[in-house]
Amino acid sequence: MSSSLNRRKLLHGGVSLAAMGGTTWLLGGCVTSGSDDDAESAKGAADETNPLGVLPDKALEVVIFKGGYGDDYAKFNESLYQKRFPKAEVKHQGIQTIAQTMQPRLVAGDAPDVIDNAGDSRLDMATLISGKQVKDLTELLDAPSIDDPKVKVRDTITAGVIESNTVNGAVYQLNYVSTVFGFYYNKKLFADRGWTYPTTWDAMLTLCGEIKKAGVAPWTYQGKYPGYWTEQIVTLIGKAGGLDAVKAIDNLEPNAWKQPAVLAAAEALYQIADKGYLLSGTEGLTHTEAQTAWAQGKVAFIPCGSWVENEMKGIIPTGFETTVGATPSLSTSDKLPHQALYAGSSESFIVPAQGKNVQGGLEFLRIMLSLEAGNKFAELTGSLPVIKGVAKNVTLTPGLASAREALSAAGDNVFFFKLGDWYAELGKAIGDANGALMTKSITPAAWADRVQKAADKTAGDSSITKFKR
Amino acid sequence: MHHGRRRFIASMLVLPLTLYGVFVLSPYAQAFYLSLTDWRGFSAQANFVGLDNFARLFDDELFWRALRNNGILLAVVPALTVALGLFIAALLNFGGKRRSGGFAHAGGANFYKVVTFFPLLLSVSIVGVLWQFVYTPNNGLLNGVLDAVGLDGLERSWLADPATALPAVIVVMIWSSLGFYVVLFSAAMQSVPSDVLEAAALDGAGQVATFWRVTLPLVWDSVQVALVYLGVAALDGFALIQIMTVGPGGPDGATEVLALSLWRNAFSYGRFSYATAMGVTLFFLTMTLALLTFRVSRRERIEL
Repeated sequence: MSSSLNRRKLLHGGVSLAAMGGTTWLLGGCVTSGSDDDAESAKGAADETNPLGVLPDKALEVVIFKGGYGDDYAKFNESLYQKRFPKAEVKHQGIQTIAQTMQPRLVAGDAPDVIDNAGDSRLDMATLISGKQVKDLTELLDAPSIDDPKVKVRDTITAGVIESNTVNGAVYQLNYVSTVFGFYYNKKLFADRGWTYPTTWDAMLTLCGEIKKAGVAPWTYQGKYPGYWTEQIVTLIGKAGGLDAVKAIDNLEPNAWKQPAVLAAAEALYQIADKGYLLSGTEGLTHTEAQTAWAQGKVAFIPCGSWVENEMKGIIPTGFETTVGATPSLSTSDKLPHQALYAGSSESFIVPAQGKNVQGGLEFLRIMLSLEAGNKFAELTGSLPVIKGVAKNVTLTPGLASAREALSAAGDNVFFFKLGDWYAELGKAIGDANGALMTKSITPAAWADRVQKAADKTAGDSSITKFKR
Repeated sequence: MHHGRRRFIASMLVLPLTLYGVFVLSPYAQAFYLSLTDWRGFSAQANFVGLDNFARLFDDELFWRALRNNGILLAVVPALTVALGLFIAALLNFGGKRRSGGFAHAGGANFYKVVTFFPLLLSVSIVGVLWQFVYTPNNGLLNGVLDAVGLDGLERSWLADPATALPAVIVVMIWSSLGFYVVLFSAAMQSVPSDVLEAAALDGAGQVATFWRVTLPLVWDSVQVALVYLGVAALDGFALIQIMTVGPGGPDGATEVLALSLWRNAFSYGRFSYATAMGVTLFFLTMTLALLTFRVSRRERIEL
């Protein structure tokens, strides 16, 4: 979900160079010219086949982030929309730089009706929400679903997704793809060497010693983007301290990062670096280099989310069984069992509030949440959308199968944190601190001090819109 | 007659001046205004907040670190690039075997000029990516070479070590722009009349003395221009740092620069007005720098 997705900034940085100087000034050109177009989007009569009251001849414009999932699935959904409203013209745009492309249009009040706000360059949700520029999706969630009109859309979505996207009582984005975070490993390698995936931290460290002796580096991480550790730290905090500990962090409560569970989590991670279990030079690797070393069997564990299998497609050799393991328990007094999982959702779809066809945008999302659209998505992308009972007849890749298994083992003990999405700057500060921790430049206690200071700064900054969960 | 000519010139200037006014001057003016607002970048609404954004800069630790790093770049990159550029250009132009009293090009001077110019043909992003490979810890070129010559004690994660990250970037900045200045200085040196050099040689000046006393003063205009260009480039550094470094801007702010802070605040944090305040600060820094460079490096112009 999240902050860790901010990593793919490699090449695009160079392009932005030229744009940067110009863009800030040019965007300025729009805002001071002051076009404030608040035209209320039209809504037609609602009935059973058209519960959201879409005007059937109104054009619909969809903008898709054309990244790892491509945009063929969206074109399919657009054809479904077209089928329902043959008179509507459907415009499609598949692009990579959502923020840069959409921002001038939002400023000019010329928003499309659906934006797939994903990828490296995303529109900052906090800014959109505080500017009242995104539509609250509650109306969609309470509408009848396409597959069974007796079931509301909200009840067709897998557990935790709506909850994790609820801010201040409203839902502004629909995250479409299930994501499971944990320790990723190759089950085949483990089976061949007789290693068992550990359920406690001590067992993990012991196993690391064995792995190292066998000539394999126990750990690596996406060195240049140490934000990847944030989900793992939060997972450890959630397990040791329970959900309240995570909520305290998200809600920027005073001394939230000084809770015993937080320090224990940082100390646990520090051990990986301190005992020399990291692949040498890890801190200087890009995410691709680190994940490649892992896929080549030079490394046993890597912290990541379930996109890793798709992302490393072509590099992961045949016979490699990508598997996610739930982060091990810190101690026997942990509040949550070791199967507890940090799971969330990514690929956020939003409906701009000043779009010309807001109801059409909502309807498009309703179509996306149908089983027909979901199955097509799973088939085209090899990823699981957040729809209950989806992809029953699709053969899953080992990584996805293991993610599904981990989710069912976790049951209700699934959690998430929102801080990185809500406060981008704080998210970066935590990532930077993680980098210092994992290179042993700072102690776990100093890490906690630093993160607490950054959190306090955010909490005390009146210009930042605050969120609660 | 005169009247018609003036009208002609005016009519030729109207279009470019209008374009310049609309697309350069007016955005600048608006940026100054926006830096005094709370504009978030996504809507047409901007409230006036006075100097809040600038006050905020004072409390922004990362901003100060960026300022410090830009200062280091400013102190190191122009001086080294100009020194190296002059040295190489002088070698190429006067480094050849001395004929009776004269000065000769080094053998293959044109070849070397082309070779040093090569990096300029690559886009900055390609340069960044290539050098990132050079610095990669385990199988990178640099560590590989160190390993091969038995200096494996010096191997490190160049871009991930706070002590070496900025120097590593500086090397690339110099490498990628050196060729241009070698060519610039070479051209200037070629316009130095050979009779002046011959006279110096006849008076018994060695090559070093000739360079300092004769050549350098005669190419000083070019050096001055180079210093301004390089100074402005040192205040930027965005592309290479964004592509090459940890974080980017890390490890831990070790390579943070103003342009990167600005970009992040605008495009990642949605704080356009704050980013614009940084831009305005950068504008004044750049202007001050350019004026200072011309003032400090002003010498008496030598007319030939």
